[in-house]
Amino acid sequence: MTTPAVRLTGITKRFGPVIANDTVDLEVASGTIHGIVGENGAGKSTLVSILYGFYSADSGMMEVDGAPVTIADSAQAIAHGIGMVHQHFMLIPDFTVLENVMLGAEGGALLRDGKAATRAELLRLERDYALDVDPDAVVGDLPVGMQQRVEILKALRRGARILILDEPTGVLTPAETDRFFDILRGLRAQGVTVLLITHKLREIMDVTDNVSVMRRGKMVAHRRTAETTREEIAELMVGRTVSFEVDRIDAVPGPVAMSAHGLTWHDAGGVARLSDVSLDLRNGEILGLAGVSGNGQSELLDILAGIVPVQAGRIVIGSREVAAQSPADPAQMRRLGLAHVPEDRHQRGLILPFDAAENSVLGYHDGPRTGDGRLLDPKAMHAHCAALMARFDVRPGDPRQRAAGFSGGNQQKLVMAREIEPEPRIMLIGQPTRGVDIGGIAFIHAEIMARKAAGCAILLVSVELDEILALSDRIMVMNAGRVVGEVPRAKADTRRIGMMMAGVAEDSAA
Amino acid sequence: MTRLPAWADYVLIPLLNLALALGVAGLVVLAIGENPLHAMRVMIEGAFVYEGALGYTLYYTTNFIFTGLAVAVAFHARLFNIGGEGQAYLGGLGALLVCLALDSWMPGPLLIPLAIAGAAAFGALWALIPALLQAYRGSHIVITTIMFNFIGAGLMVAVLAGPLMRSGQSNPESREVAEAARLPFIHDILNAMGFDIASSPLNLAFPIALLACFGVWVLIWRTRWGYALRAMGQSEPAAVYAGIPVARMIVAAMAISGALAGLMAINTLLGAQGKVVLNFPSGFGFTGIAVALMGRGHPVGIVLAAFLFGALFQGGTELDFEFTTITREMVLLIQGLIILFSGALALMFVPWISRLLGREGGA
Repeated sequence: MTTPAVRLTGITKRFGPVIANDTVDLEVASGTIHGIVGENGAGKSTLVSILYGFYSADSGMMEVDGAPVTIADSAQAIAHGIGMVHQHFMLIPDFTVLENVMLGAEGGALLRDGKAATRAELLRLERDYALDVDPDAVVGDLPVGMQQRVEILKALRRGARILILDEPTGVLTPAETDRFFDILRGLRAQGVTVLLITHKLREIMDVTDNVSVMRRGKMVAHRRTAETTREEIAELMVGRTVSFEVDRIDAVPGPVAMSAHGLTWHDAGGVARLSDVSLDLRNGEILGLAGVSGNGQSELLDILAGIVPVQAGRIVIGSREVAAQSPADPAQMRRLGLAHVPEDRHQRGLILPFDAAENSVLGYHDGPRTGDGRLLDPKAMHAHCAALMARFDVRPGDPRQRAAGFSGGNQQKLVMAREIEPEPRIMLIGQPTRGVDIGGIAFIHAEIMARKAAGCAILLVSVELDEILALSDRIMVMNAGRVVGEVPRAKADTRRIGMMMAGVAEDSAA
Repeated sequence: MTRLPAWADYVLIPLLNLALALGVAGLVVLAIGENPLHAMRVMIEGAFVYEGALGYTLYYTTNFIFTGLAVAVAFHARLFNIGGEGQAYLGGLGALLVCLALDSWMPGPLLIPLAIAGAAAFGALWALIPALLQAYRGSHIVITTIMFNFIGAGLMVAVLAGPLMRSGQSNPESREVAEAARLPFIHDILNAMGFDIASSPLNLAFPIALLACFGVWVLIWRTRWGYALRAMGQSEPAAVYAGIPVARMIVAAMAISGALAGLMAINTLLGAQGKVVLNFPSGFGFTGIAVALMGRGHPVGIVLAAFLFGALFQGGTELDFEFTTITREMVLLIQGLIILFSGALALMFVPWISRLLGREGGA
């Protein structure tokens, strides 16, 4: 057997009372794609952060290419041939690709020589690894998938032979993800060892050679990907059997609760982000909005929620008509019986420095949740929040804990709880399970189903096509700000929706 | 970001920063050739021990409480109100105009509340223009409030050297307001109650300042409006999502902030001096920023920080008397160091303290 590229033995790391890594062993064979999976908070990121020198382990041993090493910072990691691409890119948007790749290796006070050398090196790398990027393009103008290539090129330029990728596909569209996997296979063919951190099982099954599963700080299993199944990995991750299937309740569509007519919206630069979008949302059904992200779904949600004013077209809820001349802000929309689970819970759905109780009244702070009197009633808020947390299984169920201290799944449950509690007649739900672990996903899906059964009209936006297919009664597909078409659940399949997401109209796709 | 236990965050870190500032100031005193411990003793005696010293300290504390609260209220909405100086100055004009118009006949119990309202209203007005520009045009509030300090100063020179100048005088100051408009001195009140207290400029504006602290606490932490204000300060996208009218909140927050700064004027005009003199805010408005920073935006912290700065201010006067080599500027130096260590370098100790306490940043 050949020497493994990376061998970790008995790695332990504590943060105060929390054991993030508990005597973790890991062996990554050279020239393979090795997946590390686990739920949020399982310790994956901590483990690779130790390997990359962000944290130092309390105990344990690291070997790179068979030689014992200590890695105290990222410079040493790079010296050992370890490169890392972070979940959030570390690129300077105003710089060109070339300037970004050159960063930290300028080679002298004047840029001319360094630039020429870097350009030659960059073109060689692009050729060797089939990573096409225009060296003179400004990074901020590139799509996310291209920016990711720049990150990989940066790492390779520094001589990385072992590449750590932390949740690399979270920001990619499905098509970009496929291309990205091709890149990984290309890297492997060139002898690069890839360490892929993810919580998406499909990616593990698609692209890895071996997979290691972490649960609550412990390494629980190593498998050859070819010899395992998605279900087995899922079970290992959560430690119990989970069903991917949602217990569906058939739709009994009622009257139209909300409708949009001819919504058109231009951004500050005058670019049309939405063109003539119309839809009907009926009580007791879930309308799924599919599309590659960035094709107008977010803008549509913002306009329907009242966050962005209507420019052209109108929204009708009951007898209220919302248009450019008769705007409604989010507070008024809420009073019309609309609840909104925003796509971005960190920016919008929650105020991270606020505690859970304060977050549980966001948007409803003028109502009875903050007490009956003229002043806020902290006791009432805490009691109310504690009850919500119990009902929606938010852990830990402490109303005084800051929102930032909860895991992604529990943060999302808190937002869902807040929005579901007033029993809205209309719900806009964006990315309900982004960054949520499997146990949390099942719970949130069940809650959405329960709302539907209770007669709520639900608009669901998700980048996870599987999620839309599992939950929706009708699926509307958007491309370039337009509605491409609508497919009833019975006729929807990945291929058909995928064609429509690519902009092929329904008639020709059928 | 590392989180410390509350006691370290609110007590240990500020005390460390203060100690460091005093330590560095001590080195400067040493470099001048004086004994820092002696200088320290002179300051402490000057601020607390000598007859009437505590009264003076609390008088200055009152100024700092008002201007500190002003900065804090705006800062909870993430607005940096640098215009406290100008707002306090204009507050003086507001109170003065009320007094000049009415003090010939109106009795105190009516006049004083009106004058206080005048100070608040003019302070609010002076903050309102930058606020409107920020809320509806996006002009940066830091720039506009700084500029409004200069405009305010120019306006006050024009007014005090012009229409409002005391007739028959060549000093740019107003006439004294009638006795009815004056806030009683604390030493008068206590002497009347049989205590023997040395005279000082400390007046009823001090308890009013403490009331204002309580009012601000209720406003920020116990009202729905305060909740919306803090939400906006912590995350504007979340506030917009929640339906909080951000532009209106900016205007309201700045108006309240300006009103609090304007109230500083009642301490001097209605309290100690009875008239508006040129440049009476003399830096208290600016130092309010440091007070609010050091007090962590909380009324209790602001009272403590204001008391510290008040003691420094008063103790510094004594330094000036006692030493020929040390001038009042030494106090400015110490103030500057405190601002540096508790404002700009506030987080310097945090990593070391958290390591000492065995807490590191989580994954």
